[in-house]
Amino acid sequence: MSEATPLLQVKKLVKKYNNKTILNGIDLTVDKGKVIVILGPSGCGKSTLLRCLNGLEDIQDGSILFAGQELIDPKVSWQKIRQQIGMVFQSYDLFPNMTVLENVLLGPIKVQKRDRAEALAQARELLQRVDLADRENDYPRQLSGGQKQRIAIVRALCMNPEIMLFDEVTASLDPEMVREVLNVILQLASQGMTMVIVTHEMNFARSVADEIIFLDNGNICEAGHPEDFFNNPQTDRAKQFLNILQF
Amino acid sequence: MLNSGINVLFEGINMQRLLMGLLVTARVAVFSIIIGCTLGTIIGVIRTSKSKIIKMVFRIYLELFRIIPILVWLFVFYFVLPADFNINLDAEIVSIIVFSLWGAAEMSDIVRGALISLPKHQVESGKAIGLNTIQLYWYILIPQSLKRTLPSAINLATRMIKTTALLVMIGVIEVVKVGQQIIEHANLKNPTASFWVYGFIFFLYFIMCYPLSKLSQRLERKWAS
Amino acid sequence: MNLDWSYMIDQIPLYKKALILTIKLAFWGILLSTIIGLICSIIQYSKVKVLRNIVQGYIELSRNTPLLIQLFFLYYGLPKMGITIEAELCAIIGLAFLGGSYMTEALRAGIEAVPVTQIETAKAIGLSNSQLIRYILLPQAVTSSVPALGANCIFLLKETSIFSGIAILELTNTTKDLIGMFYKTNESLLMLVIGYLIILLPMSLLLSWLERRVRHAEFGY
Repeated sequence: MSEATPLLQVKKLVKKYNNKTILNGIDLTVDKGKVIVILGPSGCGKSTLLRCLNGLEDIQDGSILFAGQELIDPKVSWQKIRQQIGMVFQSYDLFPNMTVLENVLLGPIKVQKRDRAEALAQARELLQRVDLADRENDYPRQLSGGQKQRIAIVRALCMNPEIMLFDEVTASLDPEMVREVLNVILQLASQGMTMVIVTHEMNFARSVADEIIFLDNGNICEAGHPEDFFNNPQTDRAKQFLNILQF
Repeated sequence: MLNSGINVLFEGINMQRLLMGLLVTARVAVFSIIIGCTLGTIIGVIRTSKSKIIKMVFRIYLELFRIIPILVWLFVFYFVLPADFNINLDAEIVSIIVFSLWGAAEMSDIVRGALISLPKHQVESGKAIGLNTIQLYWYILIPQSLKRTLPSAINLATRMIKTTALLVMIGVIEVVKVGQQIIEHANLKNPTASFWVYGFIFFLYFIMCYPLSKLSQRLERKWAS
Repeated sequence: MNLDWSYMIDQIPLYKKALILTIKLAFWGILLSTIIGLICSIIQYSKVKVLRNIVQGYIELSRNTPLLIQLFFLYYGLPKMGITIEAELCAIIGLAFLGGSYMTEALRAGIEAVPVTQIETAKAIGLSNSQLIRYILLPQAVTSSVPALGANCIFLLKETSIFSGIAILELTNTTKDLIGMFYKTNESLLMLVIGYLIILLPMSLLLSWLERRVRHAEFGY
């Protein structure tokens, strides 16, 4: 991959449910090492966009290029691509039938067929980094929401993805647990992980993002540097959105 | 042989005899379902009472019918009534008694389940406007629990119809027994008779049960939301 | 009621034999039912239309016809078409044909109860379809279907009484024969009920224990 090729590139992406247009020609470029935060009111299509990037939704038009490779092609195996695209969901779905460690190792060992000892060493190191090294033999039901979400992040990281997608990962957490999860993501950003993040945490978005994308009604209304967006939004829709959030 | 074998169903009055047999089967099923559901609804209401003894007695009654196979119950009534109590009943009557008792036991559990799942404030608001217990059940609780009970009750009816196949084992002359008689009679000149006759009875049961179980499924889906 | 105890003691060996036969036939029937249930429920999940329709047809046939007639057809009907199956094998096949559909329904409900988000997460990790079924879907589905699977086991055990119809000397048929020979109605029936209790009581205790354990594993209470 040459320097110039973006890691992820979305062109004219259109997504429809039945006849309702959810995403209406989205263009998006994610360079390696950059953090993109997608903001927008509920129902604007931001989660759908993220899900399209991981092949969980089929799209009706446009293209998605990953490291220069076209993904919208029946010959492309999403199952292979997904090993390079980590995704963490709002509902922190750890597998309840497995321990923390089994959850983390499932992908590396069963999907990537990596050496167990090597994967185990990496899993332990990652768990250490999120302060959960002592919980590796616990079952998900024994953990708090914040802990589960941190494990879900570790589970995705342990596959050594090229990019991480975060879909409102703090939306169903109690306020006191939001911080511990956001810290992990901030830490990842400082290590140069490429990320696309959908969130409602404005302060977090401001400090983590290299670029803010403001989505409304399936269109990108505004895109730019976080300071510009928050201090000086250009469109009425964005102004309105930011106003609602201020008390 | 394959082609001629099926003729056994249409020879002489065979078809007529099979359908008359089916009528006996249906008679037992219909009587048992009506008696069982009525009795079961009453018992189900009684089982929501607070008395521990009443609850326990009916619980034991239900569990007895759940643990012991229906065929065994048929034998128990068929053999014990004449031997110990000198009561000689027609096998068809014995079947109706056993099936009604079984149906009532299962039905009582369905009704009780539906009643106790109703929100408590329904009872309280009913009492608040001065309804007595019977009025409370009749106007408020039973109509509301009907949606929960009907699909399960239809399901129970399907099970009871299916189980009527056992009547042949205590000598009721119903469709299976008639089938056996036809097979015995035809066996010499038509060796494949049993294939066709049992196949036909299989089909008869299917067309009796299938619409009912579909109806139950549909109602359940419709009323689930 | 005066019971003839010495008669009952004399008949113990016969009942023991019948009991063992009942357990043996039920065991194989239930095992096969479970295997059929697993395969059919996966087919229904797979959404391959032709296979799904076949499975659906099988379920309707199996659920809407009596076991006794299925057995008569297998045991008396098929030999006339050149397929002879020995009685005990007929019994096992019949029980599996009946039980398979019940097990399928139980497992299907379990599969439907697995949240969509679990499946999406598994896909996001890159699990293939077969890995998804093996590591995520089935373990969770089986866990949540334990109560229904257990109820099916008890139901199938009771259905073994119907094997009487094809002259298999299991508990019920043995009893019926003995009543016919000795007219010791109360004694024979009492032993029959005891026979079923010997199988069913430990079984229902085991199942409720298993149910509690599974629920604990799943939800922690």
